Amino acid sequence: MSLLQTGDCHAFEAGGQRFVYLAPSAAVLAVDDVSAAVLDAVAVQARSADDIRADLLSGGRFAAGDIDESLAELVRVRALNRVDTPVRPPRKVVPLTPVPLSTMVLNVTNQCNLSCTYCYEYGEDKIVQTENGKQPKMMSEDTARESVEFLLRESGPDAHMTFFGGETLLNFKVLKTTVAYAKRRAAEVGKTIDFSMTTNATLLSAEVIDFLTEHRFGVTISMDGPPDLQNKFRVFHGGAGSYDVIAPKIKALIKQHRSRPIGARVTLTKETLDVRRIYDHLTNEIGFWEVGFAPVTASPDRPHAFGDEGFENVLGEFRDLAKDYLAAALENRHHGFSNVRETIGEIHKGASKAWPCGAGFGLLGVSTAGDVALCHRFAGSDDHKLGTVRDGIDRAAQHAFLDAHHVSDKTDCQKCWARPVCAGGCYHEAHTRFGTTNRPNLHYCDWIRGWTDTCLQIYGQIAQRNPAFLQQFEDTHEAPQAS
Amino acid sequence: MKHLKPVNEKARRLANADKPDVVALQAPQQPPGPHIPLGCSTIFSPGWEVDRTGGTAGLCQPVERDLFDCHLGCYWPAQVPDQLNHAPDWTKKCAAAQKDWRKIDVIFP
Repeated sequence: MSLLQTGDCHAFEAGGQRFVYLAPSAAVLAVDDVSAAVLDAVAVQARSADDIRADLLSGGRFAAGDIDESLAELVRVRALNRVDTPVRPPRKVVPLTPVPLSTMVLNVTNQCNLSCTYCYEYGEDKIVQTENGKQPKMMSEDTARESVEFLLRESGPDAHMTFFGGETLLNFKVLKTTVAYAKRRAAEVGKTIDFSMTTNATLLSAEVIDFLTEHRFGVTISMDGPPDLQNKFRVFHGGAGSYDVIAPKIKALIKQHRSRPIGARVTLTKETLDVRRIYDHLTNEIGFWEVGFAPVTASPDRPHAFGDEGFENVLGEFRDLAKDYLAAALENRHHGFSNVRETIGEIHKGASKAWPCGAGFGLLGVSTAGDVALCHRFAGSDDHKLGTVRDGIDRAAQHAFLDAHHVSDKTDCQKCWARPVCAGGCYHEAHTRFGTTNRPNLHYCDWIRGWTDTCLQIYGQIAQRNPAFLQQFEDTHEAPQAS
Repeated sequence: MKHLKPVNEKARRLANADKPDVVALQAPQQPPGPHIPLGCSTIFSPGWEVDRTGGTAGLCQPVERDLFDCHLGCYWPAQVPDQLNHAPDWTKKCAAAQKDWRKIDVIFP
């Protein structure tokens, strides 16, 4: 008689209801009492169906028919497996035809007027030589135009263009002419195009704000919170903090630019870990619509890098703030903790990723010289080059990259139920930590699983108590954001 | 499913996945039933000359590919030259059977 064991799934409870999250399908199922009892019966060790049936019947709570039906259903969705029947992993599929480019991130400069000490681009962990390297410091107007042509050639009907740096606004001149050119060319070829930008806000003049408003830019501002936290790392070259310079400028931008939500992007470090205070300050005091947090990318020996304990602390702080998101969602109120919104959006769709992000196919970065790279974080690196805007995408290199980074080749991930949302994590993080893009980010597995579990619980509560709230996550096609 | 309730979009698709997912070319018109995509000659069921409805739209191979897939892959005793000994280059000019089948010439012993 074959034994049954718990399948590749994660059981969780939300609001008194039991659920399972299945890997790799990423389906979320609510389980009734009998199915919950079956799952509990095999939680410790594999058992035969007869054994489980006899056990549950002896309690007197369930009828034999219900137990058998439940066993069959759980086996069908693979929440239960037969021990002697190995589960065939899904086939590894690498797309043979080009995937349309959705977002092009244009590094219009690799220079910056701040000297944030944790920065991946200039600090000790940098990949590209930006000071006296072969990449120009500013992207030229010609390269920017060639990039526009490249995007319009490679994109589907909707193209997204994100300007990035360095500090993006150091090259406002080229940004301005490029937007005008891109709008004209997109209209000529019959595609829609929209624009977004990431900035440190130091150069948000009245002219810039007018421009961003006029062209409906999606604006993300890198900011770390109230003065003491912002000024700890985000400093000018002379070491002076940037808070007092940027706060009034951001307020002016938010006041004038109302057509698209403006978000803050916070870099968390071991020394600035105060999620609730940062969130409250950025939303209530400054007026941001959304705030997204990301732990700093750094080699483990940097003083600001997170160790195991650090990630646990981040998780605790995230969980605390996530409670507010849940309370707001149940009352149909907006809450700007975008880390929750993004994760439950993926959970609701049931996204199961073969690659951790769109880098290398749906999203590409372009360096100041016009080299095409995996994403903006690798722009200008010869080792991660996937062509140029002039000659197009190097399809062989792109295919080799996707083939080598597929989640099915990440052995460590095969036993993890969170792989549908994580797929091994950020390539750049892996490169910084381990020196190679194709290693899974094993240093933050516990944090990813913990956070996904929290978001599943929030999702389960919303699904039960206010399912209409989840409609906002259906049939939307949001562009990946540069961060 | 009676004991498991789909919650997210993927789960709803999973719950509706009972329908068979191998369908023939004439799928919309055909009544549901087994589709036998390959191996037709070994079980003597229609699939080579005519499909299961008596037409040709649901054949297991396009007719132009019979030469290759039926006699090589399926052991169909097609009348083809001995390509091992006498006519190794017989199909040399035929890179894609659907396009190039006219380039296959008659063999004179």
